[in-house]
Amino acid sequence: MASRTPFYILVSLLFLAGTALTLHRHIAFDIPWFPGEQRQTWSIEAKVDFEASGDPVTARLAIPNTQPGFTQLNQQTASPGFGLSFVDRTGGTYAEWSKREANGNQSLYYKVDMLVDPFAIPPDQEPVTNVQPNVEKEPYATAAQMILERATERSSSNYTLARELIHEFNNQQQTAELLAQIKPKTVWIAQLLQEAGVPARRIHALELEDGRRRQSLIEYIQVFDGNDYEIFNPETGVQGQAENMLLWQYHSGPVLEVVGATNAQVTFSMISQEQPFNIALNQKFADNEWLNFSLYTLPLEEQAIFKGILLIPVGVLIVVLMRILVGIKTSGTFMPVLIAMAFIQTSLLTGLIGFLLIVGVGLMIRSYLSYLNLLLVARISAVIIMVIGMIAIFSIIAYKFGLTEGMKITFFPMIILAWTIERMSILWEEEGAKEVMIQGGGSLLVAILAYLAMNLDWVRHLTFNFMGIQLILMALTLVAGSYTGYRLLELKRFKPLTKLNNQ
Amino acid sequence: MNAPAEKKMGWFETLRERYAHPSALSKIGVLGMNRRNVSYISRYNPRHLFPLVDDKLQTKELALEAGVKVPDLIGVISEQHAVKDLSQILQNCESGFCIKPAHGSGGKGIMVITRQSEEGYRKSNGQFATISDLERHVSNILAGLFSLGGRADVAIIEDLIHFDDCFSGFSYEGVPDTRVIVFRGFPVMAMMRLSTADSNGKANLHQGAVGVGLDIGDGHALRAVQFDKPILLHPDTGLNMMTLKVPHWEEVLNLAVSCYEMSGLGYLGTDIVLDRFKGPMLLELNARPGLTIQIANGKGLLPRLRQIESLSHKKRMSVADRVAYAREHFTDRH
Repeated sequence: MASRTPFYILVSLLFLAGTALTLHRHIAFDIPWFPGEQRQTWSIEAKVDFEASGDPVTARLAIPNTQPGFTQLNQQTASPGFGLSFVDRTGGTYAEWSKREANGNQSLYYKVDMLVDPFAIPPDQEPVTNVQPNVEKEPYATAAQMILERATERSSSNYTLARELIHEFNNQQQTAELLAQIKPKTVWIAQLLQEAGVPARRIHALELEDGRRRQSLIEYIQVFDGNDYEIFNPETGVQGQAENMLLWQYHSGPVLEVVGATNAQVTFSMISQEQPFNIALNQKFADNEWLNFSLYTLPLEEQAIFKGILLIPVGVLIVVLMRILVGIKTSGTFMPVLIAMAFIQTSLLTGLIGFLLIVGVGLMIRSYLSYLNLLLVARISAVIIMVIGMIAIFSIIAYKFGLTEGMKITFFPMIILAWTIERMSILWEEEGAKEVMIQGGGSLLVAILAYLAMNLDWVRHLTFNFMGIQLILMALTLVAGSYTGYRLLELKRFKPLTKLNNQ
Repeated sequence: MNAPAEKKMGWFETLRERYAHPSALSKIGVLGMNRRNVSYISRYNPRHLFPLVDDKLQTKELALEAGVKVPDLIGVISEQHAVKDLSQILQNCESGFCIKPAHGSGGKGIMVITRQSEEGYRKSNGQFATISDLERHVSNILAGLFSLGGRADVAIIEDLIHFDDCFSGFSYEGVPDTRVIVFRGFPVMAMMRLSTADSNGKANLHQGAVGVGLDIGDGHALRAVQFDKPILLHPDTGLNMMTLKVPHWEEVLNLAVSCYEMSGLGYLGTDIVLDRFKGPMLLELNARPGLTIQIANGKGLLPRLRQIESLSHKKRMSVADRVAYAREHFTDRH
């Protein structure tokens, strides 16, 4: 006998690859093991107000992108009468509204859904590069220099310098007030950091709190150290990003620019929502080329088809186990899987009643057909036509009686039903009713088991979300295919032998 | 006192009563369906040889070439339009004949006519059939009613076997046949299948025929079972089954073993009938012989199969040597 080693290597490779893929999906993409898990998303609405005076107006609002902690899902705008485009510029992404002639108070709305996502894949963020030397007037230059020197003395790195600088602004109240006369504190801090050779910039963040309205952005200082960065609160010097802090604008540009109008301002309102994870994932991967091996990239209709297709291996495995480990006889090897697929569409009870009804009546009519002495192909074709006729009649009867459930009978695969009737009928003639009951019952039992397995939300969730599961199922099938032990029913069948040999 | 506990015990006892422990079966060396398929059929029976045994017509031609005795072929009907020639073909065989599908399995579709007379064709159960009944049967065979998967088939008409009187009383209607499992050219186990009223004259064990385990050494009965349960007397005739002994045993074994050379199948079931005039004849071959033979013999197949597998010089042994080897080693009597 050829060595079994390659076989076992193949099976373990399949199993390991399947497990690894599955774990990878779970860890890298945060796909939960169980269905029904919820994901938090934030819907944030920015409202831009300004007063227009009949001139051409261009309003440009910085908008957030996917960033560590948050994945951008979808965005909408409401701005009647305005032209809209999304522009990518070096300073980040902007929503740009424009109108030839606007009058009076105008309100523009921009709404974005952000998924709370510890596994967000943000686009690469380019660190601040161009540090322009700013020449300040006296006495501001000296005052600023004093603060910077003191902070430099007490610090050892980019981050500690930023922290000390904020402390100095808080400690030296008078100097700080003096400097604040010409520029806000945050501008000074960013500028002084850049003077000291530390890449830094002002950014604007939003504190997320459910149900808040008319919020404004809070300024923070972003300090880089190589590719890493830290965020500092310019008031307290606290380092780090709170979980509910969404960076709105972080590309050294302005938040809102309005040309041709006055009194422009932007306010924010937000609500938190819980969404089933798959809807969230659908949106997350909807336009993500990065992960193009996910079924979530398919259109929804194709996704639904795949949900069914990916379940078939589970049903097939049930048949394999039932036949190899238990030894149940089924009529037609994979007929139970097809029946189980139909049960999924019809629900179990309706499906069972419908199946028994069609096969039962079909057997009666088929017994008449066997008197006609027809050739096989013609006979099976006749059975198919008969099955279709029965399905039509049962549907009409069910509908007349107001049983809309009965209409679901059309989900049964008709060719399969016809073959089942034909096989059972021949079995009946040759082996008697008992064998028909054994095989028919066995088929139905396996079909029900396959249905129960395939109808589990958990199984559907796993097969659809984890492609690796298919490899594991494949490995299990291969292992089952080389099982040489006894079947469960053989233990009963060969029982008399053990008695004999004990005597 | 402890009613629930007792009840639970009872349930567990029933389970132990009905089901054997796997280790108990493997101790006896019972061959299971999975192991038969994986370790014996797919290993020793090359796939391309299957058609030879699945098609009875090919088997017959092969047997004639190899000089293995088979029932005489009266005619073959392979086309629907040839069915009308049936009565012509049957003209010269008053003594009886049988019509069978070339691809039938498990005795399906076999019609036995013992005698022709003015009243019609007398079937084995005493009823009379008309020529149109026979024609209908033939066209059913052609349409594939009895073949695996419903494939179109060929009807074979062969000479009736005049079975040996030594089995009268052991078989109710039907032809008793002897099944010998031949493994790599060695007869490893044998049984006789006797039809009963329960089995409607058919020799199928799961339909109620009696299986009688036969000693490879001399062909006497070891044990008889019906529906997998041991019996001592024939359910219809009341004869003691243990008195059964197959005559011409050496010839039966030689015939079975020569089927190995003829077919090339390493794990083979041979069905042999004893004709009153012509002696043992090959009825059909089976590339997937069933496992009930173990119950009829009260023994597992595995020890014998393993013993043959471990033989190193089997290639050089002649048919007679292998039969002699099996008769010496696989017998209860010493």
